[in-house]
Amino acid sequence: MNKTPETTETSENIKFMQGNDVCAQGALYAGVEFFAGYPITPSTEIAEQMAMQLPKHGGKFMQMEDEISSLCAIIGASLTGHKVMTATSGPGFSLMQEALGYAVMAEIPCVIVNVMRGGPSTGLPTHVGQGDVNQARYGVHGDHAIIALTASNHQDIFRMTVEAFNFAETYRTPVILLLDEMTGHLREKVVLPEPGAIPLVKRLRTAVSNGVDYHPYLPREDGRLPMSDFGEHHRYNVTGLYHDMWGFPSEDPKIVYGLIRHLFDKIENNIHQIARFRKYYLKDADILLISYGAAARSALHLVENRRRRGEKLGLLELQTLWPFPGEIIREACRNVKFTIVVEMNMGQVLEQVRLSVDTPEKIFLANRIDGELITPTDIRNIKRVIQGKGI
Amino acid sequence: MEKTRFLFSGSGGQGVITAAILMAEAAVRFESLNAVQTQSYGAAARGGATRSDVIIWDKPIYFPKVTQANVLVCLTQEAFNKYQETIRPGGLLIADSGLVKNTEKIDARRMQLPMYAAVMDTIKKPVVFNLCMLGAVISATEIVSVDSVKRLIAERFAPEFHKTNEQAVDLGAALVQEFYSTGRN
Repeated sequence: MNKTPETTETSENIKFMQGNDVCAQGALYAGVEFFAGYPITPSTEIAEQMAMQLPKHGGKFMQMEDEISSLCAIIGASLTGHKVMTATSGPGFSLMQEALGYAVMAEIPCVIVNVMRGGPSTGLPTHVGQGDVNQARYGVHGDHAIIALTASNHQDIFRMTVEAFNFAETYRTPVILLLDEMTGHLREKVVLPEPGAIPLVKRLRTAVSNGVDYHPYLPREDGRLPMSDFGEHHRYNVTGLYHDMWGFPSEDPKIVYGLIRHLFDKIENNIHQIARFRKYYLKDADILLISYGAAARSALHLVENRRRRGEKLGLLELQTLWPFPGEIIREACRNVKFTIVVEMNMGQVLEQVRLSVDTPEKIFLANRIDGELITPTDIRNIKRVIQGKGI
Repeated sequence: MEKTRFLFSGSGGQGVITAAILMAEAAVRFESLNAVQTQSYGAAARGGATRSDVIIWDKPIYFPKVTQANVLVCLTQEAFNKYQETIRPGGLLIADSGLVKNTEKIDARRMQLPMYAAVMDTIKKPVVFNLCMLGAVISATEIVSVDSVKRLIAERFAPEFHKTNEQAVDLGAALVQEFYSTGRN
């Protein structure tokens, strides 16, 4: 849908497929080598594609007994030097939280796709929701930072899947890709990029030679931590406990403080490198919409529609949800009359936007929480109420 | 071109969704158009009225659902009863004349075609009912060519079914031409 420089259209690379299939294609492009998962609607097509495609690409697919073991399996495979992914939805993502915390603490690169459906609990398996935004950030116990990305159309699902792998390797961290049932099941056009068109980040391996003391948790000057394929040249420890630069448990307050600062800083200090977004008509907008995922499609529909009638609407579409790009949002909201956050939950991003801006009273919510995709008319009605025009 | 919104409806198992996907995919891959396709999941997809929404346009398509259909396709009475109100005034209804009755009240052009009966008479395989419907839809709307759809069908399904599949598409197209030439149901 959105043409990006890496896409040259030829008859071979124009595809018409589901968002979940696009995500699987993006993962293959990024070099995924191992996928462990447990099928769950509405994410199952990702596992199906991985089961079909990975063996052809020299990779391995493993169906696990549940989502706990799925994430544990990819953590282990990542440590041995491979790019890894799992995919799930609400209940499965809940089960993954303990292992997700472990991956954060042990700094394991991995990609976890959560195709969001209605929750809580088993909720609405076949309907759209965006209620896992806060879970992606805070589902894990203990202070930590996390990267969560999203996308609203297939070209961007491909791109953000590749970015998820790149961020996982760059920052040695789990990255959550928050898709939703609507974009996951939607079929639309995608132009598959040529190999090499999108830069890929390779695993950073230590230059320390065989038999020399290797420190798995000793950052380089640029903050990155070179890894050593587990079971190959170096012996080291991996734990969910606070640990020193060898990976061995430590309760030394200096080490504990240093590690938690490191886990935060490596992500929060790089927010400008991690923030991905799309701006539509922001320059002269006097009403701003902020949205993401499937909801952003409805928001953009309304913006294009109202622009044709001379109304100055703009859209800021977020693709990085965590770390939250507060500065970009504050800047975008500064000169508009009011802002409407469009999402399919009770206001999870709304809350973050209000915390980010100088005038939170000018931030409003247009949401839908009944399992149906929010419509452009739903958003327009909220806009009219704010403007005092009535529905 | 005008943005065209299709709502395909029928009963789970009739192949309504497959037909919708084929049309949308042919539009994207062989006609240089944009298309989006969504479908009902869950209980509705397992018996009961099932639906698939397709929007085709030469510009980007953002909101992917059909709220008012330019073209409403109904293969069962239940589907017609459920979705008749979604048709835009002056839109086109394509329905199976044997399976859907009492369509007179809707404000739309009505094209009732004996698709199922024709399939059973000439091809004798109910499995290609959906391809007959697809042939009728593309012939009546003239957005996606019969050749594009046949090319995709040849790519998608096993060679031993090619002849039957093409026959079904042609049958649907012929029913539309017959409808035009007689001017009525």
